[in-house]
Amino acid sequence: MLTRRTITLAAIGTLAGLFSGLFGVGGGVVMVPLLVLWLGFGERQATGTSLAAITIIAAVAVAVHGAYGNLHVREGLLVGVPAVAGVLIGTELQPRISARAISLVFAALLVIVAADLLFELG
Amino acid sequence: MIEAILIGLAAGLFAGLLGVGGGALFVPALTIFLGLGQIEAEATSLLAIIPVALVGAWRQRAHGNVDMRTGLLLGILAVGGAVAGVALANAVPRRALEIGFALLILYVASQLVRRALAPPTGESRAPVRP
Repeated sequence: MLTRRTITLAAIGTLAGLFSGLFGVGGGVVMVPLLVLWLGFGERQATGTSLAAITIIAAVAVAVHGAYGNLHVREGLLVGVPAVAGVLIGTELQPRISARAISLVFAALLVIVAADLLFELG
Repeated sequence: MIEAILIGLAAGLFAGLLGVGGGALFVPALTIFLGLGQIEAEATSLLAIIPVALVGAWRQRAHGNVDMRTGLLLGILAVGGAVAGVALANAVPRRALEIGFALLILYVASQLVRRALAPPTGESRAPVRP
């Protein structure tokens, strides 16, 4: 049965999938706010639920990228597996330290990377 | 090899610490430190995201934050979009992809600033969004 909720989920999924495939990100940046806005999810529930969806979305996008010959499997695994440890440590530390200053420094870093991309400084 | 491992650890650490997605950090790290092209970095970032999202989903599930049925349905309904997105990434000029990605990380930066300047709520930030 095609309910209104299913149609909404299809719209959110399609947008997140497009974003993920186009930019190489998980798509959480699209899914989380839309789950909150359109389906009334809480922020945490939306984030947790998006992670389950991201696993599928990233797997599909990787397979298609692989077919185009863009994938570096060795590098992907060498980055992705240690990243799990990094994330676990980061989420443990998060409540204990003030992430405020780090957030601002990191935002500045992202602006520099964006400027480099936009103006081809490097 | 060591560089790739360090990128993973550092990007993961910051993603966990700041509550931002891994992808927004993996892609620039792969282009800057491993010399990958934009589209190769995006493809490789997506592979790196899989273990992070899997472990994240498993941990969040233990906290009761995952609506598994909705998450899986959302993932399945996203397949068409994901295939189209990758096809689009391969069809558009490299410059367009770089500019689009630059705008994406500017948005992530603005979210970081907004949260850093928001008054503390006593509740820790939302978990990772790879």
